[in-house]
Amino acid sequence: MKQQDLSTLDSVVLRFAGDSGDGMQLTGERFTSVSALFGNDLATLPDYPAEIRAPAGTLAGVSSFQVQISNHDISTAGDTPNVLVAMNPAGLRANIGLLERGATIIVNIDAFDERSLAKAGYDENPLSDGTLGQFTVYEVPMTSLTTEVCKEAGVKPRDAERSKNFFALGLVSWLYSRPIESTNAWIEKRFAKVPMVLEANRRAFRAGYDFGETAELFDARYEVTAAPFPSGEYANITGNTALAWGLIAAAQKASLPLFLGSYPITPASDILHELAKHKEFGVRTFQAEDEIAGIASAIGASYGGALGVTTTSGPGLDLKSEAIGLAISLEIPLVIVDVQRGGPSTGLPTKVEQADLLHAMYGRHGEAPVPIVSAITPGDCFNAAFEAVRIAVTYRTPVLLLTDAYLANGTEPWLIPHPDDLPVVDPHFASAPNHVDDDGTEHFWPFQRDPETLARPWAPPGVPGLEHRLGGLEKADGAGTVSYDGRNHEKMSHLRADKVAGIVATIPDVEVDDPSGDADLIVVGWGGTYGAVATGVARARANGKKVAHVQLRHLHPFPGNLGDVLSRYAHVLVPELNLGQLSKLLRAEYLVNATSLSKMQGVPFRAAEIAAAIDDVLGGQ
Amino acid sequence: MTTTAVPVTTRKDWSSDQEVRWCPGCGDYSILAAVQMLMPDLGVRRESTVFVSGIGCAARFPYYMNTYGVHTIHGRAPAIATGLAMARPDLDVFVISGDGDALSIGGNHLIHALRRNINITILLFNNRIYGLTKGQYSPTSERGKVTKSTPVGSLDRPFDPVSLAVGAEATFVARTHDMDRAHMQEMIRRAHAHRGASLVEVYQNCNVFNDAAFEGITSKENRGAMLIQLRHGEAIRFGAENEFGVFRLPDGGVVTDRVTSDNEAHVLVHNEHVEDPSLAFSLSRLTISDHEPTPMGVFRDVSSVEYGESASAQIVQQQSEKGLGDLASLFRSNGSWTVK
Repeated sequence: MKQQDLSTLDSVVLRFAGDSGDGMQLTGERFTSVSALFGNDLATLPDYPAEIRAPAGTLAGVSSFQVQISNHDISTAGDTPNVLVAMNPAGLRANIGLLERGATIIVNIDAFDERSLAKAGYDENPLSDGTLGQFTVYEVPMTSLTTEVCKEAGVKPRDAERSKNFFALGLVSWLYSRPIESTNAWIEKRFAKVPMVLEANRRAFRAGYDFGETAELFDARYEVTAAPFPSGEYANITGNTALAWGLIAAAQKASLPLFLGSYPITPASDILHELAKHKEFGVRTFQAEDEIAGIASAIGASYGGALGVTTTSGPGLDLKSEAIGLAISLEIPLVIVDVQRGGPSTGLPTKVEQADLLHAMYGRHGEAPVPIVSAITPGDCFNAAFEAVRIAVTYRTPVLLLTDAYLANGTEPWLIPHPDDLPVVDPHFASAPNHVDDDGTEHFWPFQRDPETLARPWAPPGVPGLEHRLGGLEKADGAGTVSYDGRNHEKMSHLRADKVAGIVATIPDVEVDDPSGDADLIVVGWGGTYGAVATGVARARANGKKVAHVQLRHLHPFPGNLGDVLSRYAHVLVPELNLGQLSKLLRAEYLVNATSLSKMQGVPFRAAEIAAAIDDVLGGQ
Repeated sequence: MTTTAVPVTTRKDWSSDQEVRWCPGCGDYSILAAVQMLMPDLGVRRESTVFVSGIGCAARFPYYMNTYGVHTIHGRAPAIATGLAMARPDLDVFVISGDGDALSIGGNHLIHALRRNINITILLFNNRIYGLTKGQYSPTSERGKVTKSTPVGSLDRPFDPVSLAVGAEATFVARTHDMDRAHMQEMIRRAHAHRGASLVEVYQNCNVFNDAAFEGITSKENRGAMLIQLRHGEAIRFGAENEFGVFRLPDGGVVTDRVTSDNEAHVLVHNEHVEDPSLAFSLSRLTISDHEPTPMGVFRDVSSVEYGESASAQIVQQQSEKGLGDLASLFRSNGSWTVK
């Protein structure tokens, strides 16, 4: 047996691709978990079709999972895969365009029969027609080897075939020197109830690993050593899970029962699933009859003194607009989570986009301001959810929390916070009358505002003496009774706007990343583009460019120093996965000549695209 | 929550200081009076009572009650009340709605609140017209209704609110009308006492846009002949001389007929508690065409698991199984690793 050389890499980008039924997401997630436990920094990018089972073998049915593992701090799943594992011809064809010269391709050669090639739209077999000449291609009979090892365990060939993703996992685990114990333990636990499947997967995984070691096919074996993380305890976490945990934590810190009213929608449903699992925290999850009832029930719960939350994606946000207006008018705490996906209409249900920003900002009739908070990485969804709750409760307002399909399903190592370090949120319920008439009688005025925050008292039913009526009709300033008076309406409109604008007093200034201190260009990103923008900026700097970067979490109101910051730079570049929505807001708010960098392809920015745009703006500078 | 006795109150205690602004002569006044007078007898506290409404004339009701109240958006009151009742099982939650609000824009929320059996009391004021938008036909208007939006007659077949509620397997469904305060109060009292979702349809006169819509059955002179009083355990008979009765047909439907010595033994005896909703549904179809003798009273009153209680029980069960939620263990529930 030939002893392969062991080369050390700083980082590697792998992409697993196959049919929707091939278990590519599971394979990618397992590889990620093992790498996380090993101590690599990492970032992932799941990419799957909207259909649960699109026609097998076609391009439409390709499901992919990309992961970058690294020995240093990274923030994206990588621009271009170094290694593509293709379980069938469609998986190869759908992803070949992402690869650069010199990349490695590992194919399941058993799947490259004439019929599968035709389904993928290949006239000629790409493995033999020379078109893959610039890549290193390994042809591995994954299906037949898997069936072979499973046969001894008494598994039927058709069932055994399903375990071929574990063969692939075993093979790349060997190729990148991943420990195998934790995957074996995971298989034992996950498939404990179906011993035959457990045995098949265990054998397939082992066979893949052994194949790498004995087949003498691979010239080299690689390792990616652990990254230097700050000390602490970490969990590998998706954005949706982090968001659910942030809501649970914030509700507990506010001593409020959490109520989620929601209707299933991709890619937000996993937040509902996660919260439904945690009734031990007193969480009530309500799967409503529609999107409107989802938010309506959450408003009812908030009216009753719970923390009302609703979760959705674009089409659901459309339907919730009227109810958001009601929550604005009632001035009631509420968090609306929009996991953005491609639109309009049904659009691209599983793909990332950031095109709901202006909807969040303006998508209601009347002057209807809401604060907007966004998350910048999967783990940061925890902080963003906590912040949304803080604002909602403190200011008695609905808050729009924007994440996206990339953040929702992407993962990264998350430094587990100590619960005692999380801030307390004070719901400060009303407990006594707050207004005295000239004749000395005491009243409760539901719209008697706190002079500092302009927040009104929150008075859930149950307290004698505070009985009051609220509604979507305009209310008299202070007393809160119905008022059709024009001047009062104007005053209330200003008060609602001023209240939201005043939140700026409690949000931190933006921190500008500008190492040279004399950059000409500032890149202003928001939300989930953080990883690609930060990496792109770093590349531009490595090429001698002087570039600053800020990534906005608060979109409404903007942080207090943002205008000053922008005015210090000759050029402002705004990359967004939309047609220039933040760019419009910045131009309107600060009169800056923002340059928009737009992308609408259902995938995140590549760092290279950011770096190239920086070059374009700065030219020869 | 305090366990002291509920204070003795009068109608005045339940009336807010807001000027009532329905059109003079509107049936809503008599419903409001009936409710305000009934509240002191229900054994509930003002601070624990919430009236929730959507949009429409009826939806102004909460402003006039000296309780907690919230006037929301069109059709969504049952959904808002569902969230409130789930979050606060200690409250008495009433929903005030109309035929347009509950059956047209809010039809979906109504049927789902009823099928879930969430503990709310829904009063549906049915005047068979859109009042607040000035007189368009509603989902309960008779076919051929001439209104501003249907100058040559409406084309829709109307909903019967009781049929719809029974079809959604509501556990308590009753009908009453605005001309009979005692009957209204009895129906609302029973609806409130029912554990789960209850619906009371109240025939209500809109004297401006659909005056006398129910005159043919609810006026004092017509009541005897046209109202079929449903009383649990009693034979269903009606008519000025009690000369008519309701009979069951072999196909499961019901029919009215003159009672004779031959058929008297076969007059249907009303049973509110039949689990299967078919009989209550059949009774609701007696009014399938207009100006027919119309059943009043409780169509259906069955007990079933209440939704909010079940939701709370799941929390208690999970807490006793897993212990009270602990953030430190939640954050490690998907595995973790330590970097030194």
